[in-house]
Amino acid sequence: MASVQPIRPVRPEPLELHAHAMDNLRFIRETMERAASFTAVPGWGGFAMGCTALAATLIAARQPTVEAWLTVWAVEGLVAILVGVIALSHKARTAHVSLFSAPTRKFALSFAPPLLAGLLLTVVLYRAHLGESIPAMWLLLYGTGVVTGGAFSVRIVPVMGLCFMLLGAVALFCPTLWGNYFLAAGFGGLHMLFGIIIARRFGG
Amino acid sequence: MAKNNTLRKETPSSANPVAAARTSPSAPPIPDLDRLIHERLRLGIVSALAADDSLTFNELKKLLKTTDGNLSVHARKLEEAGYVACKKSFEGRMPRTEYSLTADGRHALEKYLNHMEALIRAMRDR
Repeated sequence: MASVQPIRPVRPEPLELHAHAMDNLRFIRETMERAASFTAVPGWGGFAMGCTALAATLIAARQPTVEAWLTVWAVEGLVAILVGVIALSHKARTAHVSLFSAPTRKFALSFAPPLLAGLLLTVVLYRAHLGESIPAMWLLLYGTGVVTGGAFSVRIVPVMGLCFMLLGAVALFCPTLWGNYFLAAGFGGLHMLFGIIIARRFGG
Repeated sequence: MAKNNTLRKETPSSANPVAAARTSPSAPPIPDLDRLIHERLRLGIVSALAADDSLTFNELKKLLKTTDGNLSVHARKLEEAGYVACKKSFEGRMPRTEYSLTADGRHALEKYLNHMEALIRAMRDR
């Protein structure tokens, strides 16, 4: 016996109304996230990071060995990360912005790779007894991270990154003994200067 | 895409698709849908401007991945409704069009968001 087949193709079930509403809400949220600049970059946090970097410069300058000097800056790096994360989450909370929103994720994903590269290169340069090149490399790669992360942020952030990169480039061609002072000028001075500008213009 | 973005004569709450959600007597009342910003591209324009104080024509075009023609038609529709404000100027020799959301536009978006939430609540309560 022949089976009866519908002449017209079966129409797919229409999208349920509440699913359509949820899709609209998702679209609004995603559009707003894409449009919003990353404003949670903490100005006062940057200023505080600059202060700890200046303190680290003074302590590091008194160290007799490269190992001790490196240890001081490694501890400073951890302190700076901690200060940065606390300040960032505080500013995001105050601005009612999620720490895990798309702009923040983009910032973190662009900022982290140059820092990881810097960490690996530090180990390599130290093992190769090229410790004097480390300050310039840190400034260059930190600046790269700030520039790439800052592409999703307010314009002043990538400008700060470019200043770090410029300082790192100059440090590459200067006497190696000046390395500590370049770190003070970059991680101390630039952080404090741009921290104040960001805090004043972008609410903290 | 082009079909979705074609301009139609929108009248608030005409041919309201929410009517289906009102079949349940227990469901809470749902306000009328603002057809003006219900259209996808116009909703995108209003949402983007709600997040950023002002955006240029090119920034909006890039953000919403649309064409010059589509964007200008829909932005004008929103401008005529008083939802967005448009400022034209020159940057050197290049014309620059900057859009921002008006108080009415922000209110309309808030109302629309409430509407969508009410709709979801109503469907869950059925």
